[in-house]
Amino acid sequence: MPETVPARALAARTPDLGNGRTMFLAGGCSSCHMTPKQNDATRLGGGLRLHTAFGEFYAPNISPDTKDGIGAWREADFVTAMTKGVAPDGSHLYPAFPYPSYARMRTEDVRDLFAYLKTLPPVEGRAPPHALKFPFNIRRAVGVWKLLFFDDRPFVPDPKRSAEWNRGAYLVNAPGHCAECHSPRNLLGAVVVRRRFDGGPSPTDQGGVPSIRQDKLGAWTVEDFVATLTTGDTPDSDRVGGPMVDVVRNTAQLSDADRHAMAVYIKSLPPPK
Amino acid sequence: MKFRWVLAAGLAAAAIATSVLAQSEPIATRMALMKGNNDNARNVSQMIRGQQPFDPAKVDAAFAQWAETAQKLPAQFPPDSKTGQKSRAAPAIWDNKQDFDAKAAAFGKAVAENRAKARNSLDDLKLAFAPVNDACDNCHKDYRLSQR
Repeated sequence: MPETVPARALAARTPDLGNGRTMFLAGGCSSCHMTPKQNDATRLGGGLRLHTAFGEFYAPNISPDTKDGIGAWREADFVTAMTKGVAPDGSHLYPAFPYPSYARMRTEDVRDLFAYLKTLPPVEGRAPPHALKFPFNIRRAVGVWKLLFFDDRPFVPDPKRSAEWNRGAYLVNAPGHCAECHSPRNLLGAVVVRRRFDGGPSPTDQGGVPSIRQDKLGAWTVEDFVATLTTGDTPDSDRVGGPMVDVVRNTAQLSDADRHAMAVYIKSLPPPK
Repeated sequence: MKFRWVLAAGLAAAAIATSVLAQSEPIATRMALMKGNNDNARNVSQMIRGQQPFDPAKVDAAFAQWAETAQKLPAQFPPDSKTGQKSRAAPAIWDNKQDFDAKAAAFGKAVAENRAKARNSLDDLKLAFAPVNDACDNCHKDYRLSQR
């Protein structure tokens, strides 16, 4: 049976909507779930197509619409989807939804995010069903995939590093899920662990996604990374393109402290072994 | 007879050179336009972030260059200029040329509408630059390839 988070595991608490918004921005939910062909990042009607080696994925509606979105979900349903990769009906979710990263999030952060999503406008309409190649269209097989590749342990700070580095490591690896696009994947679609952040295929057919490790970006200073996450300008007198545009539209709204923490962590990423 | 061969070879070489030029020139032009855009955008965003002093003349020069880019850009994507010189133009440009041109026009409109306001004060520049920056991103999101 797919593992779930029961409602009784979530003690009553008052959500922090400000923190929920921070998680929404760092998590880049809108990059995939916002209704395409418009610029309002709070309209999460879904429908974006992700092109992969396994077929076409369509991001679903996660607006609070009760019929087409997640308006009828309980909080435990959301925590389960985010950290266990299981839908409310008990079926496995495909890891095109980056729960292998979200599983590292603190439960409180996931709960605040859920509360924040509930404040956004409901949007009607559903995305088309995924169009996957055999055998990837067998959803139960995702259970086997999880046994092989899914590590659902939450983020653990490194006591040898600064608080700022740890905040950056958390934002980049848990909600930020940077490695999901900036890494190569194996034949079964799992991120190749020892090549995390080493660059990967483009999910929107726009060339490759570049490496962000120091063998490639060693000339970038921490301030250069901050500037890129703030304005999209890169130090080689260039500018980000493709899906990174939406990433920067989100990170531009994070606090200076959070952007700086992410930059400090990214600047510490070693060259591949 | 020999002369004819030399002439034919010369003409062939000229034809090849012209066809190479025909596709390399717009690529070089659009890359130079984009580089100018970005250098100016960097100056302006550094002013906004307090890393450079507010300079109305520099701001106006930036808007003038952006206006020039918006006007010249749509003509720099003939069908034979899809690749080369590490161009990061996405193939989608040629599939949706009308939409691409509309986005260039929207950029030109944002520049024209905000140019006068931008040189007033730093606070006005912040308001004036946001729609311009958005217009850049709206096009880069769909029509630019990632770096590799």
